[in-house]
Amino acid sequence: MADLFTVNKSPFEKNSLENAIKFSTEGASILLIEDGVYGASKGTACESMITGAAGKKFYALKSDLKARGIADDRLIDGVEVVDYAGFVELVCSTDKTQAWL
Amino acid sequence: MKLSVQINEGPYQHQATDTAYHFTKAALENGHEVMRVFFYHDGVLNGTRLTTPPQDDRHIVNRWVELAEKYNLDLVLCVAAAQRRGLVDDGEAERNKKNATNIQEPFRISGLGQLIEAAIQSDRLVVFGD
Repeated sequence: MADLFTVNKSPFEKNSLENAIKFSTEGASILLIEDGVYGASKGTACESMITGAAGKKFYALKSDLKARGIADDRLIDGVEVVDYAGFVELVCSTDKTQAWL
Repeated sequence: MKLSVQINEGPYQHQATDTAYHFTKAALENGHEVMRVFFYHDGVLNGTRLTTPPQDDRHIVNRWVELAEKYNLDLVLCVAAAQRRGLVDDGEAERNKKNATNIQEPFRISGLGQLIEAAIQSDRLVVFGD
């Protein structure tokens, strides 16, 4: 098992997603929440950060995607959508949770 | 599983406290135990009973109270953060000679040790902030 990282900043505003990817180890899960979900959009300058990160799993919080008008068909392939129960499940199924604030 | 939650941001300013609330609620509804919710920094502003949002807006303070009553949640405000921001209970009013209190029950004011204890005794600590 590995750790869960939460990223709540847009990658167009802060470099927290980049850092979370860079410093997490293989097998890590990265959950995009709040403005962090902008990083899950397809066709942006940040897309390659996620598609190029081998051995890491990416998730995005459903209600935050919806609040920002990011429909499922605009998501980067491989990003899994979770609700709050799924968020809790991720916290419990990983070793520990690190908020990348 | 036993979880604890730390909140570093105030209500109506940043989404952190909303995310923390929905996370905590989902954890409790799915059968997990939430040992403690610790409010740190501006997070202590979640605990004032003087909060009066417009009627068509969510009442963040009351929402915590309802969750606490339903699940017997321990809602703790950091004492140093509370003193700086004017969050006062009976004990603090007496100690610091203030003529009013504003804490919302069942929030309570205590020290950082409560956060450390929660981190040690819980299986997971999840932090929400800016």
